[in-house]
Amino acid sequence: MKTNDIILQACTKIVLFIIILFSVHMFFAGHYEPGGGFIGGLMTSGALVLLMLAFDMRTIKKILPIDYKILTAIGLLFAVGTAAGALFFNVPFLTHAFGHVDLPILGDTSLHTATLFDLGVYFVVIGVTMTIIQTIGEDGE
Amino acid sequence: MLEIVVNIALLVIAIAMVCLIYRVIKGPTMPDRVIALDAIGINLVAIIALVSIMLKTSAFLDIILLVAILAFIGTVTFSKYLEKGVIVEHDRRNR
Repeated sequence: MKTNDIILQACTKIVLFIIILFSVHMFFAGHYEPGGGFIGGLMTSGALVLLMLAFDMRTIKKILPIDYKILTAIGLLFAVGTAAGALFFNVPFLTHAFGHVDLPILGDTSLHTATLFDLGVYFVVIGVTMTIIQTIGEDGE
Repeated sequence: MLEIVVNIALLVIAIAMVCLIYRVIKGPTMPDRVIALDAIGINLVAIIALVSIMLKTSAFLDIILLVAILAFIGTVTFSKYLEKGVIVEHDRRNR
């Protein structure tokens, strides 16, 4: 039976960007407001799941050629690297640094290395969730 | 005054959710249950908004959008399972 779900696909094309923007907002708001890497990663993988529902697996692999197991490894590398970077400055493991940096366009910006650790959490959550869903969801044909 | 109004609205939405839970349990077919669950999600959004008015906080405003997105994705997933039997297809064109 040939079904035509153009409404779902058109809705997905619009809603996807709202969800991804919301997840990025949740990720960066995590320092001062509720949010953070975990919920941001979950929302991003929710957006990718919506994309998988509206289209098929081959299309997703074509437009997003990401191996999610490698993404998990990169996320763990970020977390361990941020934690181990403290050792070079003669401070204990997992000590974070904070400071004001003059960026070219943004001006005086306060940056914290906990964001990089959070970025690792974000990548690991996306990688693990998408690996689970791809492995279970694919009907092996 | 505002607290009374918020309390009344919470009570009414809670009654509506009880009726929807009745429909989830009793519903003769599966689409009835899916639609009732979707409406429960939307009512949950309303309850979170009213509670955040009652507690005078803006910390829950992200949760509103979150629950709405999750209800949408969940309903789409259930609908696709009911219609096609699979949730994630491998190749749509060659089927």
